Amino acid sequence: MAKTILTVDDSASMRQMIRLALAGAGYAVLEAADGAQGLATARGRAVDMVLTDLNMPVMDGVTLVKELRKLPTLTGVPIILVTTESDAERKAQAKAAGATGWITKPFQSSQLISLAKKVLG
Amino acid sequence: MTPSDPRDIFRQEAQDLLALLETTLLDLEHGPDNAELIDTTFRALHTIKGSGAMFGFDAAAAFTHHVETAFDRVRQGKLVANHELISLALRARDHMRALIEEPEVDAAAGDDILAALAVIVEGGAAPVVAAAAPVDAKAPAAGQGWHIGVRLPQDAMANGTKPVLLLDELRELGAATIRAVVDRVPTLAEIDPTGCYLGWEIDLVTAAPASAVEDVFIFVRDEMELTIAPLAAAPDAAPPAISAVVVAAPPAADKPQAKPAASEPARDAGRNAAASSIRVPAFRLDELMERVGELVITQSRLRQIAALSDDNQIKAVAEEIERLVLELRDTTMGIRMVPIGSLFGRFRRVVHDLSRDLGKEVDLVMHGEETELDKTVIEQLNDPLVHMIRNAIDHGIEGPSDRLAAGKAAVGRMELSAEHVGTEVLITLKDDGRGLDRARIRARAEERGLIAPGAVLSDSELFQVLFLPGFSTAQTVTSLSGRGVGMDVVRRTIEALNGTIDLASAPGQGTTVTLRLPLTLAIIDGLLVRVGTGRYVLPLAAVEECVEMTPAEDARARGLSFLGLRGDLVPFIRLRELFLTHAPPDPFQKVVVVSASCGKVGLAVDQVIGQHQTVIKSLSKMHADIDMFSGATILGDGTVALILDVSNLVAYGQARSESERRAGGANGRSAA
Repeated sequence: MAKTILTVDDSASMRQMIRLALAGAGYAVLEAADGAQGLATARGRAVDMVLTDLNMPVMDGVTLVKELRKLPTLTGVPIILVTTESDAERKAQAKAAGATGWITKPFQSSQLISLAKKVLG
Repeated sequence: MTPSDPRDIFRQEAQDLLALLETTLLDLEHGPDNAELIDTTFRALHTIKGSGAMFGFDAAAAFTHHVETAFDRVRQGKLVANHELISLALRARDHMRALIEEPEVDAAAGDDILAALAVIVEGGAAPVVAAAAPVDAKAPAAGQGWHIGVRLPQDAMANGTKPVLLLDELRELGAATIRAVVDRVPTLAEIDPTGCYLGWEIDLVTAAPASAVEDVFIFVRDEMELTIAPLAAAPDAAPPAISAVVVAAPPAADKPQAKPAASEPARDAGRNAAASSIRVPAFRLDELMERVGELVITQSRLRQIAALSDDNQIKAVAEEIERLVLELRDTTMGIRMVPIGSLFGRFRRVVHDLSRDLGKEVDLVMHGEETELDKTVIEQLNDPLVHMIRNAIDHGIEGPSDRLAAGKAAVGRMELSAEHVGTEVLITLKDDGRGLDRARIRARAEERGLIAPGAVLSDSELFQVLFLPGFSTAQTVTSLSGRGVGMDVVRRTIEALNGTIDLASAPGQGTTVTLRLPLTLAIIDGLLVRVGTGRYVLPLAAVEECVEMTPAEDARARGLSFLGLRGDLVPFIRLRELFLTHAPPDPFQKVVVVSASCGKVGLAVDQVIGQHQTVIKSLSKMHADIDMFSGATILGDGTVALILDVSNLVAYGQARSESERRAGGANGRSAA
């Protein structure tokens, strides 16, 4: 069965790009436009990996990581941060909150796919 | 939804973000400490930069980076969002828009913005992009590989790191002998099933550099213990605590399968999770409105048929359908409604830039931004309103010193408000400037032959000359308010929207411009009248009253084109004559009095049929030069009724009565 990846980003173009890349590699992709939506989606569905932006309205990425790690079903599920060079501080906070890894913008579809392979197997 | 190019989505998104950025920056000017505004600004910049770089808008991303840096400092409290920074950020925002929307734009044009930004942020030093520290690439092993010691943090597995995958990755670099280190494994009672207690010692035979090994552990590198030593130097014997457990290579199953079908449920789920509003192409809304219009027409046929029928069931169904259709119409029209705030928001920038350029200070206060108006109307309101705002700042509001001399506050005040009044929207633009100069307007109008010398005119009538083509009282033409080619265009635009425009002004206290606009252009409430055998629709909003002419009055008015109405003389037009109707007239002619911005006129018709829901169909291009009619509609029985263009009819009636008045003075009464 295809693995399910949840992408949380307030930028529709980023979500689209991530969805096209990952769906093309055979993953099922769920989308959410902010942390709160992401959390609600992760509560209701089994996900194998979460990709989240850090700067988002309503609930930011750091808080999302904290909240996701409180869910028993998310234990051991990789949470990858989508960051930029200037996010270092928030990235460290999110990492301390239980994020698994990160990918730095800009990146190519192929980099995203190899990241998914790296953390999902 | 068809999958579209992410670049296009980004452009759309950037447009929204840039609009948000503009409003937020303008808000920030009034509350420079508002953390939420600063955060929103930063986030917008951050997304533009990040997504821009993703989709190949490198110049925009690089440029935005510097602005983002500045606002990051604001966020950290190291920099104050003062007037200077905000003005600069607004300019930067415009440059970002140019970089994103016009790929051939000169990227260097932003250099002076960056230079100015650098002065604010660094006090002179040019902003420097932190160069990525060169990765210390240890030389590839002199021998055949590396001896690697690995200890993951205890929460690594809970946090999503899968040690087996990391070991697999190492194996991809070369042949690996892996031993597990179990010294930290606690007793069963103390063990946390999600904890990671094992360590590993790996002998990796490879030509890959040490950095490649480090890369495998990149995500946990900071929290883990990792030792990498050349294989030859590693002690042959394993440390005492190491047992000889060899991790077997996992079967190569469970790889994601590349099946396009997998993306389908994903898309559905994505849609569920997406935001609660959707973008719909405008033409689809127009199509929907069109269909609803057809439905309204068909429904009125049904009503006619039902009215002639004796079947109560049909009558009941017809009534029910009528109710549903009207609800559907209202809902559909509601979808097309957009809050006018989206339009007003743009003006804050206009006011900000313009007042700065002219050295005036102006506060723009807005009310009723939530007032909704048909989207096509809103789109067409932009230019007229911008023009009027420019006029108000350029000619109306005085410079600070003049204002103080006149006993007013140095900062001018401009009020832009919108409200619903019946089926219309009232938009008013009010300034507290010097007001319109009646004497100068009159002098100029007489000089240009626009009004007769000495004519007695009310203020409102006098101000109407401002809307005549070619009229301008500005002594020096500024680049901003144009050359008197504006106000007539403004009026034409507003009237094309079936709206009206009015000016009121008190000397020294300011000017108020009032726009009245219909809520929508697609369906109006009309008054259906009959002239001969033809039927016509008048927009109900323009109708003032209906009066009946007795045959005696009619005979008396023969040849005359004025009607006494409670002491007023109202010019009237016999539509029968205008439309060359030959069918015998009704003995009692009715006069429908309609009003437009330039006055009132009576329209004599044979019969007033009643109110009618009018779905407006525009006339074909072949009829573009017929200015008596603004459109057509289809009646319940399938026949066509023309919609009368009230403002043109009024203008025609007024002009004719004017020429008769003149002719009357010379050679008596002329024929109507």
